[in-house]
Amino acid sequence: MLQVRNLQVHFPIKKGLVFDRTIGAVRAVDGVDLTIPRSTTLGLVGESGCGKSTVGKAILRLVPLTAGTVTFDNLELSALQNEEMRKARRHVQMIFQDPYASLNPRQNVESIITEPIRTHQLRTGAAVHQRVNELLDSVGLPRGAAGRYPHEFSGGQRQRIGIARALAAEPDLIIADEPVSALDVSIQAQVINLLADLQEQLGLTYLLISHDLAVVRHISDTVAVMYLGAVVETAPAEALYTNPRHPYTLALLSAVPVPDPVVEDSRHRMVLQGDLPSPSNPPSGCRFHTRCVYAQNRCEQDRPVLRELAPGHQVACHFAEEIAVSISATRDGDVVL
Amino acid sequence: MSEPLLVVDDLHVTFQIRGGRALRAVDGVSFAVRAGETVGIVGESGSGKSVTALAILGLLPSRGVTTSGSILLNGQQLLGASEHDMQDVRGRRAAMVFQDPMTSLNPVLTVGRQLTETITRHLGVKREAARDRAAELLDRVGIPEPRQRLKNYPHQLSGGMRQRVMIAIALASDPALIIADEPTTALDVTIQAQVLELLREVVRESNTALVMITHDLGVIAGICESVNVMYSGRIVESNERHHLFASPRHHYTRGLLASVPRLDGAQGRLVPIPGSPSDVIAWSDGCAFAPRCPAASDACRGQAPELVISPEGGTLRCVQPAPLGMPVWSGR
Repeated sequence: MLQVRNLQVHFPIKKGLVFDRTIGAVRAVDGVDLTIPRSTTLGLVGESGCGKSTVGKAILRLVPLTAGTVTFDNLELSALQNEEMRKARRHVQMIFQDPYASLNPRQNVESIITEPIRTHQLRTGAAVHQRVNELLDSVGLPRGAAGRYPHEFSGGQRQRIGIARALAAEPDLIIADEPVSALDVSIQAQVINLLADLQEQLGLTYLLISHDLAVVRHISDTVAVMYLGAVVETAPAEALYTNPRHPYTLALLSAVPVPDPVVEDSRHRMVLQGDLPSPSNPPSGCRFHTRCVYAQNRCEQDRPVLRELAPGHQVACHFAEEIAVSISATRDGDVVL
Repeated sequence: MSEPLLVVDDLHVTFQIRGGRALRAVDGVSFAVRAGETVGIVGESGSGKSVTALAILGLLPSRGVTTSGSILLNGQQLLGASEHDMQDVRGRRAAMVFQDPMTSLNPVLTVGRQLTETITRHLGVKREAARDRAAELLDRVGIPEPRQRLKNYPHQLSGGMRQRVMIAIALASDPALIIADEPTTALDVTIQAQVLELLREVVRESNTALVMITHDLGVIAGICESVNVMYSGRIVESNERHHLFASPRHHYTRGLLASVPRLDGAQGRLVPIPGSPSDVIAWSDGCAFAPRCPAASDACRGQAPELVISPEGGTLRCVQPAPLGMPVWSGR
């Protein structure tokens, strides 16, 4: 089980050629708590710049942590030395967004997949080759693919190679950062189904980072919504989509187009004004108050913390209850979908 | 009903590629758009949807490209028109909004310069008047403090703002036709909602004809009155949007709908289309979708199916279509 507590990642903004003066910081991740029970999927959603990818990288220590702890199965990843961390990465693997950029074009598929096996000394001799065949089978690629190079494959097949590479280390947790965003619509479903099958067969735990709320609903058990470096709402998937409580979640859900004209014509849209503020100079108080239609004076001063409204359903909003009442009073039933 | 503003008839675009081979990117596409109407073209990468857009505005390179068919804008033949005439069409009577606002704006010119350039070129007004008009346009597309923004360079604006600037440039000379090629694909969902709302408003207020090119069926469902589904260079199905989504008949349309997860409910396991968009056979050898089609039979190979007008409305290119009234999703 993965536990992330008060995770903070600040990137310094520097100025000056000779003396690096730090003149500020981009607060990419600013106090994030996440819990992912074993063999479940947590969907981390948010718009570009909200810090969701940085959370994924910070868990693997691919970026330095400013503060906070990351614990995986009683092993505190955030406290490990470099060499220990390198070994620990066997348990936590990553699948990247761009299947064109994340595979070395000069390595053939066998070499790509065997690299984690050799690095972590999981198999030796003929067993390595045997393992490659097993992995190709499990991601639905022909065994003949082993001798070929990434450019010979389509986007969907490349993503399968990336998944096979992640599986080669026999991980418990997989961090998938936008795994289907770069793929054609008809191919996305193939990869989504493959990820679901692998979870069932191998008992994998997933952290799925995505901007696509429909994909996240489809495969997540729990969903956390991020805005400007912090989680604003987290809930079991069904509860989050049927009963969203944070105004940002409401706006986000109402903005996603649904491929059904009947639904599209009857929806209540909550179009947000303006753009995402800069994470180097975040608004005071509640970070969403500059774009929130329900914002009041208190929101400019007090930064709301996550509080539990229902079992497992946490929201960082001072007025979540009042907003729910005002919405149910003005509209009948289905709010955003 | 009014006369169509744009009539594309039997458009072919063929690229000569190395080794003397030819690639038929667009292979006999026909559709029409009326003023105030939004028509969608949906398809995956390589389906020919963007090439269709470029062909309409005469933006394809002349070398190695052969086009045939007819493109009539208000009765004027655009295919084969001189570059001089096309320059007059582009910007003044028809405009295009591209996918990526970062690469389609000039990074070394201010937003104001790029806007006024279009205005002075097409409307023949003085610089002062052009600046006023530019500020007006930025205001119209919902950019706050338009006068200050005119002095900004593209990199100083966010993605959504840049796309608004692109739309402002497109609107500069009040064109009768706007072609938008994946205008919201590079944007976040909340910004996408803003830009789609803006496009709806433009169509409503200025009675503009809009051709919306996208791979996103959700965007299509929300904004287009009629939809053309393209596969491998040809339209395989077209219909009014309510009919198309309620009763899709081509197996490719059905496959697309079944493979996207829906926000408004879990639909169980997704049903992907097997293979990839590159698994096609040439239309001359049969239906290009046959290698991936669940209903393909011998009848689908050997001869390409014709695009026929179905008695229930819409057109369809399939010898064994799904029966009428079979939605992909059964209720919510």
